[in-house]
Amino acid sequence: MTDISHASDVITAGADGLAEARAANARQIRNAKISAAVRYVILFGVGLLMLYPLIWLVGASFKTNAEIFANPGFIPQQPTTEGYVKGWETSTPYTFGRFFLNSFLIIIPKVIGTAISCTMVAYGFARFDFPLKKLLFGSVIAILLLPNVVTRIPQYLLFRDLGWLDSFLPLWVPSAFAGDAFFVFMLVQFLRAIPGDMEEAARVDGANSWQTLVFIVVPMLAPALISVCLFQFMWTMNDFLGPLIYISSVDKYPVSLALKLSIDTTEAFEWNRILAMSVLTITPALIVFFMAQKYFIEGLSAGGVKG
Amino acid sequence: MTRKRALGLGYLTPYIIGLLVFTMIPFGASLYLSFTDYNLMSAPRWTGLENYIQLFTKDRTFRRSLTVTLIYVFTTVPLKLAFALFIAYILNYKLKFINVFRTAFYVPSILGGSIAIAVLWRYIFASEGLVNMMLTGLGFEAVNWFGDPQNALFTITLLRCWQFGSAMVIFLAALQSIDKSLYEAAEIDGASKAHCFIFITIPLITPVIFFNLIMQMVQAFQEFNGPYIITQGGPLKSTYLLPMYIYDEAFRRFDMGYASAIAWVLFVIIMVLTLAAFWSSKKWVYYAGDKRS
Repeated sequence: MTDISHASDVITAGADGLAEARAANARQIRNAKISAAVRYVILFGVGLLMLYPLIWLVGASFKTNAEIFANPGFIPQQPTTEGYVKGWETSTPYTFGRFFLNSFLIIIPKVIGTAISCTMVAYGFARFDFPLKKLLFGSVIAILLLPNVVTRIPQYLLFRDLGWLDSFLPLWVPSAFAGDAFFVFMLVQFLRAIPGDMEEAARVDGANSWQTLVFIVVPMLAPALISVCLFQFMWTMNDFLGPLIYISSVDKYPVSLALKLSIDTTEAFEWNRILAMSVLTITPALIVFFMAQKYFIEGLSAGGVKG
Repeated sequence: MTRKRALGLGYLTPYIIGLLVFTMIPFGASLYLSFTDYNLMSAPRWTGLENYIQLFTKDRTFRRSLTVTLIYVFTTVPLKLAFALFIAYILNYKLKFINVFRTAFYVPSILGGSIAIAVLWRYIFASEGLVNMMLTGLGFEAVNWFGDPQNALFTITLLRCWQFGSAMVIFLAALQSIDKSLYEAAEIDGASKAHCFIFITIPLITPVIFFNLIMQMVQAFQEFNGPYIITQGGPLKSTYLLPMYIYDEAFRRFDMGYASAIAWVLFVIIMVLTLAAFWSSKKWVYYAGDKRS
């Protein structure tokens, strides 16, 4: 008897256990679902909060001046392109087209100079041994952390003595000497992760180091190089302090300075002109970002994590 | 072998020239200038410690600016990192559209440094701007963002927190590289989500926390566009961060010696804090495969 009752106890216990396990499993699935739902709600809410100012900016640039501070919605009630037309003309003898041209005249040499110099330097660091290598690579990290504020004044004096003030040269020449340590660091990290087999094979076939760099290393480095160019493009487009210090004539203003000028010179109540030009100045960066976002994210992750 | 050595240095030529001309010489020169009186008109005149004595004993603006800068950095950096980690943690889950969210969250970082966004901030925090329209719409009282010294600095903090994207991307990559079996093992042992986060996630991502902390801190100390465009340093110098003071002294008043002294004080502060972080990192940063810990 006791045996049988014991056996039945065991069976019920087993059934209970099974039911419990099922319930636990169901609970787990339900928890996972709730967790996913909570995550989506937070992400969606935060995303909306993040992007709403930008959406509002675009909408407001098509609003009449009377509506901008009266309507928190982003859809203009009486859409107008007046802000764009008048804003483009500016209060200077030049249109915004001129300022965009100036920005590109800075960006293009800067990006090309950065790509070439940083590739060479990264190749040197990643593939060769030479005296003082540790010290020199240490200096890359040191520059990475060195606040620009401490070198800015003597740099200004240097460029003044060279007669470069009010020209684009101070804005891009330092970058053409691999001055942006972040990019050197990023490319070195990337190169170190690529095995040198291909280069060794090329060397055995009689290629010199320069040919190896151009024909073997650069193609493999392409994704990282694209990241470098994109970041440099973006940062230069956004740079304000550099042009503010070095550029004094209005005909050489890049868009960042031109926008600041339009705030200072546009009459109060002409808000939509400023907002419209703000939209235009961020458009190139946005287009580039959406076309090549994968390179941004990869570049950032590589620079940050593998270090 | 010697040829190869020379080659390596050859590839470094642009860097070495740049390092000397654009970094090392200016670095030394700025230290020298900080001990001089130099207004661009006549040659620098050596004045010893005078600039520094002036700064620390007589200059009220400097004291104010330094205080405001420290407040700004010590609120902005932790807030931004906490927020970036929070969002990265939520994103690190098998969610559909994770890439869409990641992209959306990164957009502000692409644009945040631009003047256009600083201009936008001026508009949305204006007394009748978007933020106050929304606050009053929800039944709250409108906030005097730019008129009140208590609030103005916070608008800049908010702008920089809004740009949490790059820190988030780095956190997310680190979270994704954590071995999932660690969590499974911990769960079997009865650890809660919070325990897993504190005892597994945080220790394993300390290297990127450290990296983000240093980078964001160095950046925050150099904040210029925000105060210059959004608040013009006001009201009552409540947003007059040190980089703006340096700019005004150097490029408006052309007092290069005094400006260099302020720049050096700022540099020493950043350096001391960075070294302190590096020194303390031995105690709290965990590197996988590192036998010491």
